[in-house]
Parts: sequence; C-alpha cells; structure tokens
Amino acid sequence: MTDGAATIDAKFAGTLGSFSLDLAFEAPMRGITALFGPSGCGKTTVLRCMAGLNRLPGRLSVGGEAWQDDAQGMFRKPHQRPIGYVFQEASLFPHLSVRRNLFYGSRRAERNGGRGVLASQDVIDLLGIGHLLDRAPTALSGGERQRVAVGRALLSQPRLLLMDEPLSGLDRMTKEEILPYLEALHNSLSIPIIYVSHDIGEVARLADRVILLSAGRRVADGPVTDILERLDLQPATGRFEAGVVLTARVVEQDAAYSLTRLDHHGQSIALPFVDIGVGEEVRLRIRARDVSLATRKPEGISIRNVLSGTIVEIVEEPRTAFAEALVDIGGGRLRARLTREAVSDLGLEVGMPVFALIKSISFDRRSLSAVATDID
Amino acid sequence: MLEVTELWPPIRLTLELAAITTVLLLLLGTPIAWWLARSTARWKEVVAAVVALPLVLPPTVLGFYLLIALGPDGPGGWIAGLFGGRSLAFTFEGLVIGSVFYSMPFVVQPIRNAFEAFGDRPLEVAATLRAAPWDSFWTVAVPLARPGFVTGAVLGFAHTVGEFGVVLMIGGNIPGETKVLSVAIFEHVETLRWAEAHILAGGLLVFAFAVILTMMLLQRRMARLEP
Repeated sequence: MTDGAATIDAKFAGTLGSFSLDLAFEAPMRGITALFGPSGCGKTTVLRCMAGLNRLPGRLSVGGEAWQDDAQGMFRKPHQRPIGYVFQEASLFPHLSVRRNLFYGSRRAERNGGRGVLASQDVIDLLGIGHLLDRAPTALSGGERQRVAVGRALLSQPRLLLMDEPLSGLDRMTKEEILPYLEALHNSLSIPIIYVSHDIGEVARLADRVILLSAGRRVADGPVTDILERLDLQPATGRFEAGVVLTARVVEQDAAYSLTRLDHHGQSIALPFVDIGVGEEVRLRIRARDVSLATRKPEGISIRNVLSGTIVEIVEEPRTAFAEALVDIGGGRLRARLTREAVSDLGLEVGMPVFALIKSISFDRRSLSAVATDID
Repeated sequence: MLEVTELWPPIRLTLELAAITTVLLLLLGTPIAWWLARSTARWKEVVAAVVALPLVLPPTVLGFYLLIALGPDGPGGWIAGLFGGRSLAFTFEGLVIGSVFYSMPFVVQPIRNAFEAFGDRPLEVAATLRAAPWDSFWTVAVPLARPGFVTGAVLGFAHTVGEFGVVLMIGGNIPGETKVLSVAIFEHVETLRWAEAHILAGGLLVFAFAVILTMMLLQRRMARLEP
C-alpha cells in the first residue's frame, strides 16, 4: 500500500476536551474498513476528523488528494470534501420530503462539478426506498429512515463513505432488516467505506479490514479474518462474541431437512436453511464458544459439523477456568473456547491433530453474510 | 362629541411603527440570535443580558437615555444633521429606533431558542452534503427555526403596538408623527373623552387576545409537525 492514489492515509494526534488521540493508519480505496473498539475509544472522533467536522492536528489524504495537512497549514472544510457521512441517528431534515432529503447533497455536488458515478435510480433501487420518496421523514420507520440517510449520503457522489455506527440506534429486528442492504452496498459499490462500530458481529459480516482501537490508540490492524483469529486481542474484541470468519461456498440446499450445506476447502458445514443461491460465496462467523474439540473422530453424535484440523496455538487464561485454542482446518482457522481442565485432560498441545465440533443450530442468519470477501 | 375620523391616524401610525420595527428587528435580531446561539465566546451572555435589559428596565429609564442619545448632542442629533435636521427626538424615525431597542428581546429570544433547539447535527449533516455555511443557514437553519421566527415577529409587533413609556419620553404627542395608540388613549382619558378611550382600549384588548390565541394555536400546530 505505497501507491498514494489507491489509499486513504490518515494521521491524527491531539486532544479534544479531555480525550487524547494518537493514531495513524492506511486503508485501501476500496471495500469496507472497520474502525472497531469499545465505546469511548475515539473511533467516532477519528471519523469526524476525517469528515472535517472536528479538527485535530495531523494529515489526511484520500486517493492521493490532500484534505488536511497541518504541516502546510492546509485544511478543507467539511463541505469542500467529497464525502458521504451516515450518522448514528438518521438525522434526516424534518422539513424536507424524503425525495428532497435524498437530492439535497446531489444537487450541490453536481453544481460543484461532482462526477455522477452513482445513478440515483440505482441507489434508490439498491436501498429499496423508491416507494418512500414522497413521504415526510416523520412517517418512516427507524430502518427506513436510516436507509434514506445512506441513500442521501451516496447520492452526494462521495469519494469516501463514512459511517458512524449506523445500526447502533436500531433494535435487533431493524438491524437485521438493514444489514442485507449494507451487504449489497459492499458488493456493488466501488466507493471505499470507513465503518465505525463496537459490534463485532457487524464487523465480521461487513468489513474487509479492521483497525482495532483502544483509548485513542491503534491496537491492531489487518484483514478481518486475521484480526478475529488473534487470541491476544480478546480484551478488545470481547469475550462472549469472540470468534472467526470463514469464507465458504454454498454447495447444496437440502429441502428435505431444511439445511444449507457449505463447502470450506473440502470440509462440509451444515447450517439451518439460508436463502442464498448454490455456488455463491458467503462469510460464516463461528463463535469460539460454539466450537468443541475432540482428539478422535466421534461416532454416534448429533453434532453435524466435524472438521478435522491441527492446533496451532493455545492460550490459557490464568486464574480462570478458560483456555482458547486456534485450530487450522486447511484454509481457515477456528477458535475454540475450552476449559483449562479439558486442555490438560486431553493433553492438547500445538501441532496436535484434532476434530472441531460445531452444532448446526449455533448458526443463524446473523452468522452468515453474503459479502464476497475482498481481502488481500 | 365622538369624532371617529380622529381615531384613525393614531391607529395607522401605530401599525406603521410596529410593521417597520418588526421588519428591522427580524433583520437585526436574526444575526444577533444566531451569534448568541452558536458562539462559544465567554462574554456572549453579557451581550445577551444587554439585549434582554428592556425586559426589566423601567421604560422611562430606557426612554431617558434614548432621549439623550437621539437629542441634538447625541449620535441621533448627528445623524439628523446629515439630513438637515436638529434632533431625532420627537420624530417618527426616533420612535422607530426606540422601539427597536425596546422590543429587541421579544424577537431575539425566541429566535435564539429556536436556533439552539435543533443543535449542531442538522448543520453538520448539511456540511457533509456539500452545503456551504450560508447555504445551510438558509436551507436548513431558517426553515427549522420557523416557529421561533413566527413567535418573535408576533411578539415584537404586539409589544411595539403596546409601547407607552418610551414613546412618551422620546416621542411626545405629535399627531401624525408620534401620537400612537397608547398615547392617544392616555390623552383621551386626560381630556375625559371616555367614548374614544373605550373604542381604542377595547380594540387593543381584542387585538392582544387575538395575537396570543393565534400564536398558541400556531405553536400547537407546529409542534405536531415536528418529529
């Protein structure tokens, strides 16, 4: 990533109120890069600095174009940056109809000679908001409002889309309603997205790369699969939701048992029926606490998914009952959350061949994402 | 004898004064209200207090200082000199200037509140959608603050109509020039012309009631339209 035209290059250091931030990162000019971390770690501040809504000393260039460079005393105001920004709350203008909200930014972008890369009809279709155009924002549901907000940001013809926890204000049902739209966005847009979130599930479903933040500093940064596999990052990624992301292909829809079968480098994974076409590639999130290990291939067992692999790392958590193992299953890696006692009884150690067991019912629609992986 | 034709000039003068004052106050008050709502300057509350002063200051005190300022030795006299006059005191123009000061808080406060009520977010959204500050002021801030503008304009107008103490100090009682309604009522009472006083006072009572009622209904309607 040395080609300036193909990257987003950011560096911000300074204090804002009582909060201090010191962060430098590069992100590619494509795909979704997640800024991930607990509340108060500074991820929203970083996003606001990228938009020019806040100013911290530093520099920012996007696709080879400088937006801020304090060494040169250069700072573009927010309205002079070709960005789209989706706030946590939809923040639609209450005095304008959905249509006028949508075109508020596009009219101004065109006036300033913005290139119309995104056809408005495509965006409206993609987000499924065509039937809402003449309504008032107050007449929309929370999910519809957020979709209009995304559409409004996209229609302003941005070179960079910034999304600040766009789902966190929504209940679980509404989240599930919107996520497929965001997945579709990821697959059909060429605009890079910086996505702020504190929900590892969202990040696993959507992001290609992750920048992990804690207390205004970068803890780790890399492809989403690598970051999720790292056992040492657990305090930051969270214990309960810890897990990995695998890429798999849909090979069969078993109507008789209502199962969807996936293939992951020759190993089969079955899960409750998900409506995705045979042959499509999907992302599957597997939580560490849903994975058990066996040293011999078990027989007479109800668990459908038995994947063979090799242990590559074991981390025991001192003064707790727990340990985690990382298992290479030929292509991807699984994390398994075990007790320390089990590790000792089974004599688990690095290099040992094992079988990873995953109950099919531990998967649901939320585990799966239709986002094609776009990871170097 | 009841002279109906005598009643009209003060009414017309009062309406003119209130209309001109309201327009001026919207033009002057809006930037002041915007600055008070948006600025982070520490001394902005000092400015806010100066603007609000007429709320508590006795009108005669305000009128006294205005009289000095508008008189031949004050800035008002200097301005009058540019147009060949001697003083702005006891003129319609002087009355307009006095009314602007006197009614300022009634216009600035509702508009400031309205600007503060919607917070920074809508303006930030507009900025991320390529709207320059001037653009977002007209297309986002003003429409969102509309209830404040309506309230401010109505209160400013009504308050100017009811002005008495300041007018008496700086305007006196010159027919067609400074003899507004409240002064006319006072004069009718002094000269024991009760019928005329009744008509004008009753008219103002109905006017005041209509203003307050209209505003309350408007506010209820606008509150329903808000998200």
